[in-house]
Formats: sequence, structure tokens, C-alpha cells
Amino acid sequence: MRRTLLQILLPALTAAVVIAIWMAINLGLSADTRFLLPGPGAVIDAFGDQRTELSRAAWNTSQGALIGFGLAIVVSVLASLLLSLSPLVRSSLYPLLMALQMTPLPILAPICVLWVGAGLKSVALLTFVIAFFPLVVNTTQGLISTDRNLVEFFDLCRASRWQQLFHLRVPAALPYFFTGLRIAATLSPIGAVVADMNAGTSANDGGGLGFQAVIYASQAKYAALFATAITTCVLGFLLNAVVLGLGWLALHHWHDSYERSDR
Amino acid sequence: MAVFPLDTAPRPSPLLGRMSAPPTVEFHGVTKRFGDGPLVLDRVSLTVAAGDFVSIIGPSGCGKSTALRLIAGLSPLSGGRIAIGGQAPEEAAAETAFVFQEPTLLPWLNVAHNVELPLRLRGTPAAQRAATRARVLDLVRLGERAAAHPRQLSGGQKMRVSIARALSLAPRLLLLDEPFGALDEMTREHLNEELLAIREQERWTAFFVTHSVAEAVFLSNRIFVLSANPGRLHTEIAVPLPYPRTPETRHSPRYHEIVANVSRVLRSVVDAVA
Repeated sequence: MRRTLLQILLPALTAAVVIAIWMAINLGLSADTRFLLPGPGAVIDAFGDQRTELSRAAWNTSQGALIGFGLAIVVSVLASLLLSLSPLVRSSLYPLLMALQMTPLPILAPICVLWVGAGLKSVALLTFVIAFFPLVVNTTQGLISTDRNLVEFFDLCRASRWQQLFHLRVPAALPYFFTGLRIAATLSPIGAVVADMNAGTSANDGGGLGFQAVIYASQAKYAALFATAITTCVLGFLLNAVVLGLGWLALHHWHDSYERSDR
Repeated sequence: MAVFPLDTAPRPSPLLGRMSAPPTVEFHGVTKRFGDGPLVLDRVSLTVAAGDFVSIIGPSGCGKSTALRLIAGLSPLSGGRIAIGGQAPEEAAAETAFVFQEPTLLPWLNVAHNVELPLRLRGTPAAQRAATRARVLDLVRLGERAAAHPRQLSGGQKMRVSIARALSLAPRLLLLDEPFGALDEMTREHLNEELLAIREQERWTAFFVTHSVAEAVFLSNRIFVLSANPGRLHTEIAVPLPYPRTPETRHSPRYHEIVANVSRVLRSVVDAVA
């Protein structure tokens, strides 16, 4: 009970301290430099003024992030199953995956626009590229890290390859999959925003938060820029919360990482 | 502990040859080496009668565990022949169960699902699985913990689940590879007694690999001592203590005499290696 209270109080305290410092700096700035860090009040006002633009942009970015993230999950699971087949398959395909991961998004973006056009399709595709790597690496690692004793037990039971896959390898890989999922959930909203800056479009109200940030910066609407930053942050938190919840559902009753230390 | 009439005990579907009684096990000049490596087992010949409880002891590297894996059909022989009730190990596999050194339970399955997993993999219908599960969990006195996950159990309880899982196949041949090696003395003695109590209700031939002479003497009616590098059959020792054995058995002079005798033999084998 005391612990739960602390778990709520401490983060709240951190937030309060951060806001206090924020306000102090804002008040400390002179009138002509105050634009460098708009105060909390100004940012809240910007949320009010820009609610139509911000909510539309947030919705567009969410779509791109979720489609890319979802696509990355499906494709990475299938790819991991393929990669887990043999070291030979892995050594032939890993360089390709690395190459994809090593190419910076702003360089991939125009290529993407060239192929599928600017807007949601490109944003989703670029988010997919960003989210795919941590997912496929972790899930593959999980699929090939099955406890040898358990594999031997399955051999002894004369389990088929499919039985071994679905009753043993896949569940054993779940903790690894969720590790990848948490990284991907953090990267997806960021990826979607950066993709939007580089491959977004404002046509048909299709601009996302990245596009909106570029507009606000060019119009010197700095409070709105901070509001955009906070919106992006909240999206990331929401996606992470969902993933953490799913991980808890799948793992808490058996995995050691959810073992309560006060047991 | 509930006693079920034998004929209600679910049996695995007849795959290859069916054995209704515990089988005899014969080794005819069994030789094993892994690849180009050194000989692990060298021309081992032995005969085990139906329903025997046999322990295999010997220094590290004598091939005890390898012998068990050969009987289980987990690994091919390099020479010689093993006959289980007249069948090759692969043919007898459907009625052979193996208990590993580690409990090897699936951490994401609860006790009940772990116990019935081998039947599930064989496609046994759910109703039959449930009946078997209840029977074997009763045998190891873990009926109350059916919904628990492995991490909630003690080391001894996990091992009992592992034994229950092996028994769920209604085996006629039980192979145990140092199952109690990692447990404390007291737990080990309790589990030895429970294993013998189960044996009073379920008839199987058992091979038990162990490092503990006391455990081997308490459990078995015969002990095979292997020598190492390469593994050869050194001595076969009969344990003429009557079953059922109880904790009192451990205090009998006869028991101590046999333990001392087996220890002397084992010591001479170990010294020969060193």
C-alpha cells in the first residue's frame, strides 16, 4: 500500500519539479528573449487556439504510426520464423536487414515518395522500416534461444516440427518479442513524425505532427511548437502503455521479469 | 493417496508394438561413441528383469546418462543391440517415459497443463487427458496445486510435477536421469519414498541414474556399477531388501551393510579412474 502510494507520488513530484523549473526559467527570461521558452500558460493557450490543426495532425500521425507499427509486427513475426530456420538463412538475410536499418530516414523518405507518393502511405511505410528492425532481431533471438532441455523433452515426446514451434518455440520467444515491441512502440511515433516531415503532404488535410511542426516553426508560433512536441510525446506514451499492458497480459503469470520481489 | 483400479488408467494409443506388462531390458554388447570421439560405452551387456528397479552408478564420464538416452531411443547405438521387451528402443518409445535432471517444465503452462502436455502432443482427447491428469497429480500429491505455475513451486514440487508428467503416459519403462540430484537431503529422501509408493500402484521397469549410493540402495533391487573411460559394466550388485521399503529401512543394519559394500565397490572404480 505504502509502495503503491510512493509509485504514484514520486512521478508526480518529478513532474511538479520539472514544471516549476520550466516556469522559473520562463519568468527569468527578459521580455525580448521569452519566446525561447514559452511558459506553461502560453502552451496551454496554444493547445486551445490550435486544437483543430493539432488534433487533425495527431490523428494523421497516429494512423501512419499504427499502420506502420502493425505492419512491422506482422512482417517481423513471419520474417523471424523464416530466420529461425537456420544460421545459414540468418547470415544471408541479416546484412539486408542491417542495410535497411543503417539508411537514415531522411534519405529513404524521397525514395519512398517516389514509389508510393507523399502522405499516409509513405509515412506508414517509413514507420514500418523503423519499427521492423528491433522486432525482427529480438523475436528471432527468442525463437532460437529455446531451452535445450525443453527441446530434448519435445524430441522425447516425438513432437512434430509444428508442435515444437507452436507449443515450445513461439511461447518461449514471447518475452523477447515484447522487448522488441517496446522498442518499436517507442520508435514508431518518432518515425512517423520524422517521416511526415520528409514525406508528408498537407494535401487533403493529410499533414501530420511533423508537417505541423515545420509550419509552426516557419510562422514563429513557438508555443504551438511546444504543444506539438507534447502531443507527440503523449502519443508515444499511449502506444507504450498499450504495449506494456499487452506484455503484462501475456507474461505476468509466468515470466520471471514480473515476479514480485516482496513475495 | 487414491488408488485407482489399473484398468481405468488411460493408456496411450497403440502406436507400434504394445506392452501390457513391464518389459525386460537387455543390452547386448552395446557400444556408443559420438562422432569420431572416444568410446563412451564399451560392449556393455546386461539383463534387467520385468519390473526391476535398477540403479546405475559410476564415476563422472562413465556413460550413465548416455546409456539412459540409448534406452530412450534419443540417440543411435554405435554397436550392439538393446531389446526392450524384445523391441528396439524406437519401437518401445510409446511406452517409455523419461525424467530429466532438471524438471524441464514449460514455465508458461500451469501444473495441470504441464502434466498433460505429452498426451496433448499425442492427440489424446481432452476428457481422457483430464482423467489422467487427476490420477497422476494425485499420485505425486499435487492435486491442490494444479492451477499453479512452475515458478510458484519449490524444487521438490517441480520434480514431482515432472514425475507426474512422465507417469501421464502410463509408461511401462521409466528412465530417471539423476532426478533428485539438485534437491536437499530431506526432500530427496521424501521423494525416494514417494517414488517407491507410486511403484506399488503402477507397474513399470525403472532405470535410475544417480550419484548417491544411499539413494541407489534404498530404491533399487539391483545396482549396476559402471567404470569410466570408456564406460564398461564393472559389477552388478543385488539389493535383497524386501519391498515395500519405508523410512525405517534406512535404519536397518542390512541396509547399512549394503550401502557400505556398494560404496567400497564404487570407490575402487573411481580410484581406478583417478
